[in-house]
Amino acid sequence: MLGVLSFVLPLALWSAVSYAPFLWHPLVEITDPGDVAYYSKGMRAPADAFAEEVEGMTASGQAPPQGIPANPVYLPAPHEVALALWAAATPAADAREEFRLSSSLWHSIQIIFWAFLISSAIGVPLGILCGSYSAIGRLTEPFVEFFRYLPAPAFGALCVAVLGIYDGPKIAIVVIGTFFQQVLIIAGTTRRADYALLEAAQTLGARNLRLVRNVVVPAVLPDLYNDQRILLGWAWTYLIVAELVGTSSGITFFITQQARYQHFENVYAAIFILGIVGFGSDLLLARLGRWLFPWRRTTA
Amino acid sequence: MSASPDEVRARFDRLKAREPILQVRGLCKTVPAKDGERTILNDVNFTTHRREFLCVVGPSGCGKSTLIRTIAGLEEASGGEILVAGQPVHGPGPDRAMVFQGYTLFPWLTVLGNVMFGLRMADKPKEEAAREARQWLDLVGLEPYADAYPHTLSGGMKQRVAIARALAIQPRILLMDEPFSALDARTRARMQAYLVDIWRKIDVTIVFITHDLDEAVLLADRILVLKTGPGEVVDLMEVPALRPAAGRTLDDPALRATLERLEGFIHAHETVVDDEPVTPVVRLASVAEEVD
Ligand SMILES: Nc1ncnc2c1ncn2[C@@H]1O[C@H](COP(=O)(O)OP(=O)(O)OP(=O)(O)O)[C@@H](O)[C@H]1O
Ligand SMILES: [Mg+2]
Repeated sequence: MLGVLSFVLPLALWSAVSYAPFLWHPLVEITDPGDVAYYSKGMRAPADAFAEEVEGMTASGQAPPQGIPANPVYLPAPHEVALALWAAATPAADAREEFRLSSSLWHSIQIIFWAFLISSAIGVPLGILCGSYSAIGRLTEPFVEFFRYLPAPAFGALCVAVLGIYDGPKIAIVVIGTFFQQVLIIAGTTRRADYALLEAAQTLGARNLRLVRNVVVPAVLPDLYNDQRILLGWAWTYLIVAELVGTSSGITFFITQQARYQHFENVYAAIFILGIVGFGSDLLLARLGRWLFPWRRTTA
Repeated sequence: MSASPDEVRARFDRLKAREPILQVRGLCKTVPAKDGERTILNDVNFTTHRREFLCVVGPSGCGKSTLIRTIAGLEEASGGEILVAGQPVHGPGPDRAMVFQGYTLFPWLTVLGNVMFGLRMADKPKEEAAREARQWLDLVGLEPYADAYPHTLSGGMKQRVAIARALAIQPRILLMDEPFSALDARTRARMQAYLVDIWRKIDVTIVFITHDLDEAVLLADRILVLKTGPGEVVDLMEVPALRPAAGRTLDDPALRATLERLEGFIHAHETVVDDEPVTPVVRLASVAEEVD
């Protein structure tokens, strides 16, 4: 219930600022420029300058401009964003492909998918080994710890030089951003495996790799799964930077383009969709987790 | 129905004539401490014989868990040796199985999967392991719950699964560290009866730690009494009854006398806190709470 309210409140605030003319509205959108030479229809002028012009024009007997209170162009009203969202869901056939929100998003999702897959394929097993065998941990972790402080975007130019300008470097940057955190987090979680279970397994004859495979991994699997959910969230953050490297692409390209043309309703629509995809997939994964690990009652 | 002293003596003579299964000789355990070393166990010696039920009692912190974990091979001895059926212990082995106070069942496995675990680790084929595991579940009366997950079971049932899982690897010795202390009184009494019943059906030697002196007297053939600071053997008492049985009660005057002697031992070695003796208490359990 409060969860719903936490979404309704900001939306109500946004609607109030957008639809109640007496709240904020620092600009005036010109509906009729009158005799003011530099005004044109649809233009937004600061409210005080507009009032001066009205006064000046009336005093000199010329036609005063007319207008309605407006917010800056970077704050579109909810319904404008909703329309943009709707348009994104039903793209016009004539729009160029990279200008369509849905195809931009699809491109971004593919980058995330491959990057996360590559990172996890190496990072998860390595993390588990680091957490299970202290020798491997001591050998690997200092370097990983160091590398994790090198900002992934700093490798942008290098990645482009090595991997070309298309999707290669983008995937690489998300991998670099995710992988090192992943090894450390997975190793840490593995270390928190219930020691009593490991001892019980040892008295039942489990040793070495079998102990890791049959006890350590299943014991921490629900936690590893939650770690992966959090790491996936981080991967999204790196995606935005990665997409600016080489030729811009995906959802980030869409956002920068739309901002350049001052189509801020599209910008907000894109940002919302990022949020919805991220939040929605996380909710889905959380639910899947509860189904996969029924013995873990709190898979929050 | 108190057993006559002659009967009891004859029984213990028979017991001690059996082959020794567990021999602990000069066992010492020290751990690093701030100022050098701390001795937890000092020169512990005892022998248990085949199919004996040995209880270990002693004040909290006297090293009971350390002793049983060293026998299990989960901890290394600092000195002395432990022999199981004549073979020295190095690490955990299939001749010893352990039941812990916390049930330590694998939550991702079903009841059957838990009991099969040790058999699978011993490379038994899956079908054979499952068949054997079902027999052990049958023995503890949990066959109908084979496909349930541990978190759906009550504490007593969990501990029965843990016992079945330990017995399934057919150990010579079953090590139990306060296995029933997390259970309520009624369940505990039922579990004691179960355990004795199982123990009489199979060839296994039990080393059972408890801080409940009643429990020790009801269950044991002999009771190993430890004292604290450092942990040393005070006595190895014989319980004057024919055999541990579900029918034993503390109404038996001989058993009452044993219980009183046990309490005497424990009080004589009570820990002193701040130079003031701990308030006199009847049960060791309450001593544990006071000192901790
Ligand atoms: N690895 C260790 N390092 C340092 N001290 C330890 C270690 N293991 C046990 N001890 C100490 O040794 C003493 C004996 O511990 P142990 O758990 O064997 O006692 P216990 O008789 O089982 O006690 P309780 O009745 O509370 O279960 C305790 O004081 C404990 O703090
Ligand atoms: Mg203990």
